[in-house]
Amino acid sequence: MSQKKSRGGAAGAGDDAEDLSRSPLQAVLLADSFTLKFRPITLERPKVLLPLVNVPMIDYTLSWLETAGVEEVFVFCCAHAQQVKEHLEDAGWTGQPAAREMAVTAVESHDAISAGDALRVMYGRGVIHGDFILISGDTVSNMSLKDALQEHKDRRKKDPLAVMTMIIKHSKPSILTHQTRLGNDEIVMAIAPETKELLYYEDRADGSHLCVTIDKDILASNPTLQLHNNMEDCYIDICSPEVLSLFTDNFDYQHLRRHFVKGLLVDDIMGYKIYTHEICSSYAARIDNFRSYDAVSKDIIQRWTYPMVPDVLSFGNCHEVKLHRQGIYKASDVTLSHSAQIGANSVIGNATSIGEHCKISNSVIGAGCCIGKNVIIHGSYIWDNVIIEDGCKVSNSLVGDDVHLRAGAIVEPGCILSFKIKVGKNVVVPAYSKVSLLEKPSNEDSDEELEYADTNSGVTDSPPFSSMRSNAGRPAVPSKDDDLGASETGTSGVLGYIWASSDTGTQEDWRQSIAPIPKEKLQEMQHAVSVDDDNGSEEDLNNRQYEQDHDGDSEISVVEDDDYTKFEKEVEETFQRALDGIHEDNLILEINALRLSYSLQHADCAGAVFYSVMRSASVAAQSTNDNLLKTTADALAKWKDLLRNYTKTVDEEMEILLKFEEMCQETTKEFCSLFSKILPYLYDKDVVSEDAILRWAEEKENADEADKVFVKQSDAFIQWLKEAEEEDDDEEE
Amino acid sequence: MDFQVVVLAGGTSEKLSPLVSKDVPKALLPVANRPAISYVLDLLESSDLKDIIMVVEGQEAARLVRAFVSSTYLDRLLVEVVAVPEDIGTAGALRAISKRLVANDVLVVSGDLVTDVLPGAVAATHRRNGAAVTAVLCYVPVSGPSDAPSGVKDKAKKPNRLNIVGLDMTRQFLLHIVSGTDVEKDVRIYKRKIQAVGQMEIRSDLMDAHLYAFNRTTLQDVLEQKETYRSIRLEVLPYLVRSQLISAPSGGEGTIVDETGNGVVPSNSNLQCLSQHRAIAPSAFKQEFLSRSGGGTRRCCVHIASKSKYCHRLNSIQAYCDINRDVVGEASHLSGYSFSTHNNIVHLSCVLGSKTTIGPQCMLAEGSQLGDKCSIKRSVIGRHCRIGSNVKIVNSVVMSHVVIEDGCHIQGSVVCNNVQIQERAVLKDCQVGAGYTVTAGSDHKAESLARK
Repeated sequence: MSQKKSRGGAAGAGDDAEDLSRSPLQAVLLADSFTLKFRPITLERPKVLLPLVNVPMIDYTLSWLETAGVEEVFVFCCAHAQQVKEHLEDAGWTGQPAAREMAVTAVESHDAISAGDALRVMYGRGVIHGDFILISGDTVSNMSLKDALQEHKDRRKKDPLAVMTMIIKHSKPSILTHQTRLGNDEIVMAIAPETKELLYYEDRADGSHLCVTIDKDILASNPTLQLHNNMEDCYIDICSPEVLSLFTDNFDYQHLRRHFVKGLLVDDIMGYKIYTHEICSSYAARIDNFRSYDAVSKDIIQRWTYPMVPDVLSFGNCHEVKLHRQGIYKASDVTLSHSAQIGANSVIGNATSIGEHCKISNSVIGAGCCIGKNVIIHGSYIWDNVIIEDGCKVSNSLVGDDVHLRAGAIVEPGCILSFKIKVGKNVVVPAYSKVSLLEKPSNEDSDEELEYADTNSGVTDSPPFSSMRSNAGRPAVPSKDDDLGASETGTSGVLGYIWASSDTGTQEDWRQSIAPIPKEKLQEMQHAVSVDDDNGSEEDLNNRQYEQDHDGDSEISVVEDDDYTKFEKEVEETFQRALDGIHEDNLILEINALRLSYSLQHADCAGAVFYSVMRSASVAAQSTNDNLLKTTADALAKWKDLLRNYTKTVDEEMEILLKFEEMCQETTKEFCSLFSKILPYLYDKDVVSEDAILRWAEEKENADEADKVFVKQSDAFIQWLKEAEEEDDDEEE
Repeated sequence: MDFQVVVLAGGTSEKLSPLVSKDVPKALLPVANRPAISYVLDLLESSDLKDIIMVVEGQEAARLVRAFVSSTYLDRLLVEVVAVPEDIGTAGALRAISKRLVANDVLVVSGDLVTDVLPGAVAATHRRNGAAVTAVLCYVPVSGPSDAPSGVKDKAKKPNRLNIVGLDMTRQFLLHIVSGTDVEKDVRIYKRKIQAVGQMEIRSDLMDAHLYAFNRTTLQDVLEQKETYRSIRLEVLPYLVRSQLISAPSGGEGTIVDETGNGVVPSNSNLQCLSQHRAIAPSAFKQEFLSRSGGGTRRCCVHIASKSKYCHRLNSIQAYCDINRDVVGEASHLSGYSFSTHNNIVHLSCVLGSKTTIGPQCMLAEGSQLGDKCSIKRSVIGRHCRIGSNVKIVNSVVMSHVVIEDGCHIQGSVVCNNVQIQERAVLKDCQVGAGYTVTAGSDHKAESLARK
């Protein structure tokens, strides 16, 4: 039977014209994101059922589909399929076809590990007959599909190869963070201005590539095109039935965007085309990570998503929610102490009680919570049945169902506390920790989309992580950071596993968390931006490429400077900026980047950095020798860590000594007389080891008389070193 | 208007050989019987730009040009003709006269431009935006100023790509430019640039018209710093475009995390404001851009000529034919002549034989004589030509003092001064250099004929 029907779906292209008019509007809703971004929560509950302003995400999606006039929805369940089905039943989406205008059917499959697999299953079922809407169950929108659908159909009539219409929306990317407020990476799209055809799509527009490269053929067929960095992909697609068969034909397609869209655009399969539809006034956003969870929650509270707002949406047994001034939503039977302060943009769920002198702002609190006295909650998402005892402080975190925070516990920004976690008295949960009762699955695959589905296997066969601070097998153990141990009063810690951030995690930690981006990160990035700009690295890079491009033409005679001198100059400039207050780590990063771009050795870096440090000292001192010695000592003390970073081996230390010598002889002769005085200082600060000094002295032994000036100058010191060494040896013996 | 004009009149371009020679430098090549340079000079005069430095490659060429200019524009324009060594490049030519530039802004015009884009409008755009450079972009003419020799007509179908430009949303700023051979390659655009503007329009249907307005100090700086740069189009302009987003360093202080935690508003960063305001008002980009006064910012702006404007460069033989045809045809307002009811120009002193027809879009200059049963279509005939009977001239340019004997067929060709074409010769898509003699009955196709 399924075979017969699938043929019907595939043959859609031919008799589409009539087909479109009579087939009901269908939608495929993927109730699985096939990513790991919401772990550890998603180990226990599917992402689509996570409450977004106290309503499960999937209910937003389904009610939007209903209002948009979709008649039949196939909910594709994969991980936790049972839970999803139960929810659909409970919320009245399935089961009572008469009550609803929209028929919801759950499609269950356990071996799908990607959106591609899901669509292949849908194709196999043969239930899609006409154009359908492809959406994931974590999308919040209030747009009207009418125009987009009409556009899609009109286009299809003219050009049957237009298989998909993508909904896009203007966004507000920030140049600093290189990401949208939804926390995902910026997307670069090229769109033909007239036809709105999508010509180029690149997500993950992070620093991995500096340039966007547009194929010349694209430009040949489109004299003008718009390159957008300010558009957001809403992940709402209007697809023709061919999309399903395309997924089946290309069985390696997994990811909707990275494989399917790219495949269509780049490989040019059968000339299929993708178009875009821009929405201006309506809302659409997908919750991709914790930051977008935060952003979309705020949009809902601020009613951008109307009618998808707490006081209008009511599902099943939900109680009435009323909107008060300043965007405060309260359910009907909230017990609120008089002295509790509820700040703007907060939602308080049903049967929740809040004790005296609590301060709650910009937060969502679920149903059945019990919050003690003097609790401060800011910018957080507290789900259902959470107990927070007196004096706790929760900021910019997500607290799952049935969590218990004992008195005085502090949850720092960016934390995720999964279900049923218990946090002990006065325990501080460090920022960005993810805590779960379940262990972190260890068979972590780098390919993230292949993971989400097999949650069961993941939990069971995981040997304890070395970095996990818990005894294997018994998760009821306090876990804490070493440096936090002191600050804890320490009766008991956190009940559960603190997940060590995975290799990719460090970046995403603060990028995609609920907490606002920390100030220092912003400053860092801002610096990066301005630094990049004022040293014109782009231009240089560009120049270099340009020159390379023109090698063949030989019309430009490039005077190649000595690479090393150039490098040294750049390091010096970089260092100059560091004097104005760049953080040292960044400085090291920058210098390393420079080193790579000039493809030089580590030792060269040591020399160059040392040169810069000394230069800065000599510039600061200006006049007399005493002064110079003092400033040099200061500079060395200040930058010893930086230098040490480059003096890992004797060779590199030697390089510094040689550089120093060279400086004294050639560039900055002021140091000449001070050589012997500065050398002990370098030794003192561990910049150069005695091995290096002795080796240097040895090597110079046979050199010209002129070269030996400095060895002689510091003869006393070298002698002392030698003696000291012998003494050391003696002691050892 | 505090504008100085530099006309880059070139020398004896190899590309145009055999049309140009020592006696006829490129600037004096007749286009519809007027020296090419006169089109630019007339245009400048019409915009009241009268302070002109004309740079000519080669002493001898400069002497000829100077003689022409001083005789024709004596009372009308203040033209100083300067000779520079040959093959110095456009940037080299500018560098050579850099010391003579004193005005705030400099308009640089290529001497081979035949256009009706008003330089005054370009200058105004430049001033309004306070730009470092304003480049004129025009639509690529349909027939395409192809670099290939005439005869390769199939190229005409598809407009040639000469430049790829990236513009901002308001189409005022030039964010990216690709010229020369790179045009055929994939386009690479820095993400940071796109991030700064949010949206960039990439176009390949516009071409750089070789009419630029420069800020003088910027121009002089670039010429001084980048000593190896030879070409304005290939090097100086792309360099300025590349370096325009480089701003003065801004401190790391002053970041505010806003209350809802939705976003961040670092107050002191221009770029940040830029990206934030952009979403609110499209014009904000410009304001933000403009407000960054001084600070080493170089704004690169564009003046896009409307589609109705004519803009063509005389840089190839194909272009020469195209321009001649257009100037007496669709762009007739450029020629400065008044057309007869037959839509052609026949000088009163011309003598036409019986049954000789002159089609529309033709031009016969003074003193030319035609025999019987001749047919001239879409061609330009110069002064004092003697043309025999039964001669057909189609789509061609015949310069002055040419003798064409009976029964010749000339099609798609250019015939230079003092050429003699003997009986029944057939020329198709040929160029005949000055003083050449085409022997009787010979048949030439797509050849370049010149005296050895």
